[in-house]
Amino acid sequence: MQLTGAQALIKSLEQQGVEVIFGLPGGAILPVYDPLLDSSIRHILVRHEQGAGHMAEGYALATGRPGVAMVTSGPGATNIVTPIGNAHMDSTPLVVITGQVASGSIGTDAFQECDITGITMGITKHNFLVKSAQEIPRAVAAAFHLATTGRPGPVLIDVPKDVTQSMMDWWYPSTVEEYDLPGYHPEVPLDEDAIALAVALISEAERPVLYVGGGTLKSRASAELLAFAERTKMPVVTTLMARGAFPDSHNQHLGMPGMHGMYTAVTAIQKSDLLISLGARFDDRVTGKIPAFAAGAKVIHVDIDRAEFNKVRHADVAIQSNVAAALRAFDAASASPKSLDSWWKQIRAWQEQYPLVYEEASTEGLLRPQHVIEAIAAKAAPGTIVASGVGQHQMWASQFWKYEEPGTWINSGGAGTMGFGVPAAIGAKVGRPDRTVWCIDGDGCFQMTAQELVTARLEGIPIKVAILNNAYLGMVRQWQEMFYEERYSEVYLSADLPDYVKWAEAMGCVGLRATNLKEMHDVIEEANRINDVPVVIDFRTDSSEKVFPMVAAGASNDDIMVHPLQRGVSK
Amino acid sequence: MSATPEPFLGTTDHTPVRHHILSVLVENKAGVLARIAGLFARRGFNIYSLAVAPAESGARFSRVTIVVDAESAPLEQIVGQLDKLVNVVAISDLSPKDALERELLLATIQTNVDNRTSLLDIIASAGAAIVDVDARSVTVMLAATPGGCDELERALEAFADVELHRTGRVALPRLGKTASA
Repeated sequence: MQLTGAQALIKSLEQQGVEVIFGLPGGAILPVYDPLLDSSIRHILVRHEQGAGHMAEGYALATGRPGVAMVTSGPGATNIVTPIGNAHMDSTPLVVITGQVASGSIGTDAFQECDITGITMGITKHNFLVKSAQEIPRAVAAAFHLATTGRPGPVLIDVPKDVTQSMMDWWYPSTVEEYDLPGYHPEVPLDEDAIALAVALISEAERPVLYVGGGTLKSRASAELLAFAERTKMPVVTTLMARGAFPDSHNQHLGMPGMHGMYTAVTAIQKSDLLISLGARFDDRVTGKIPAFAAGAKVIHVDIDRAEFNKVRHADVAIQSNVAAALRAFDAASASPKSLDSWWKQIRAWQEQYPLVYEEASTEGLLRPQHVIEAIAAKAAPGTIVASGVGQHQMWASQFWKYEEPGTWINSGGAGTMGFGVPAAIGAKVGRPDRTVWCIDGDGCFQMTAQELVTARLEGIPIKVAILNNAYLGMVRQWQEMFYEERYSEVYLSADLPDYVKWAEAMGCVGLRATNLKEMHDVIEEANRINDVPVVIDFRTDSSEKVFPMVAAGASNDDIMVHPLQRGVSK
Repeated sequence: MSATPEPFLGTTDHTPVRHHILSVLVENKAGVLARIAGLFARRGFNIYSLAVAPAESGARFSRVTIVVDAESAPLEQIVGQLDKLVNVVAISDLSPKDALERELLLATIQTNVDNRTSLLDIIASAGAAIVDVDARSVTVMLAATPGGCDELERALEAFADVELHRTGRVALPRLGKTASA
């Protein structure tokens, strides 16, 4: 069967089971958009290529399947660099297809030419410049294989226009050998010696903590984690990238560790004698000052990526494995710590003394952002998915929402990409149309990518957006207040401009506003009644509200600052 | 090529105390060298020398011999990150004591009647070969250990006008030794 390269590209995506592409056409990718008309694959036309990338990420994080985005060359390609970098930091499986100028024009500074494989070399798991139409099926199959196996990540396929326009004899690789990836071996056999060493360390532990990272979600190891944790009775912390990997309602769950983690989660790690890292990478936002991080703990480090071992923290035992397989091996060896009764007694005392708190607002005063999140959560359908941008609202959304299952918390962790929330929520809703999707956003983040609500309205993707509008770039404001003597530099945004209600309405969404407690409850109920169009709510929140607990950048986790309401109480 | 703090044509021994030789088999595809160089640059790993040539299996693979500064980053990190490059097929790590290292040096020296004899002495004692010669200049070649190349380079400093190129080393395990993967 003779096909054009463009037809082969679309057919290859169909072979991979792709159900949706987020994209925006342009000159160099034009040939591919023609056969798309005849394909079963849904295409969602974004308003900016960054939106396409974050939607694909949101889709991937909500479904566990790779997200697919397609854009044109030059600025189309550079506009999607931020989502690619974001996906790289968070190990999110993404396949990004970029058009490229015709092969003969590459290197001539042709119109809309840019070296996107060069630009993304350091922020993709791998990328391809496809040189002939005949090679398209192999590139697509290899891209999906790379994106989804081992440590997942973004893969970019750059396709010159003459390649998509030329003819090829249809074929599709049926085995991994045909992908032609002689240097790629994502799975290694479990090191039984390392497992035995880990089991021995576990058996000696008196104060163990299961430090659960995003790799636990990526390897779909939640069931194994629950079984292992319940059998061994060990306390669990879930990082920002792992929220939902272990139920927040579980009484062994201490919450999120790190810079804005729960006091007990942070302190239990600090005082632990054994840290079992499951798909986590000792990020600086978790460790604080590295030499002071869990200084008395031995470390068992489970990761599929061996380059994570000893990168930040020495691993007493390193186990290169996906998390699920390692946990099954621990269970098979009946790995069990000593009695944890006194450890739990200590943990419960910390929990009692330093729960997560905020100050109640007066009836007429500005809203407390934490309260808004709790109020939304209280009325949210079970299984609601929450996406967020980056900043204070993100931390509160992680702290005050209870995540019970994988894929319900979608955020930008490693890169900290403002503007991630709205498009990621859209992508999540596309992937899980059965679920309610709330975007908890900040006013600064919202203004970066809000135009995608036009996409959502036109494509029938009814997400709900809660803007915690404190009129500031709140996290930067918090740092300026705490560490720069309240010298506020370029952080004020205005609560009233833009008018978020009018803006929402102009984009075909329902726009609502709440300035006090009564309005807060009313608009949440109203938003919950609307299921056909996107809803945007402008919650007016108190700009002086800060995220606590907090470990200052570079400080030891021992110096965690609790909420002012809890200060003066002896530890 | 690298963020090497010292000039390549230094006057002393080029080899850092804690160097390691990575023999890296890569797919012979466009951009592979850029991927390796980019990785070293963005992770802050220093390269002391780098040699690339088609590998024994013909056109499909190339062998890249990289002398890395194991003080700029732990070797485990360098190897682990390098191994993640999809086009990297195999890495073997050779400790200098277990390695047979050789490097090629080519130098053209402007000579005159006064210094030609001393130049010929230097060439002879270094075991170098004269590969080209005319009335005013001599081109010599030396295939030797990096230290041997260093010695010849130092000896040639006595001459005013020298153009000298070195390839960077290639290496194999000594007989009876193996590289660690």
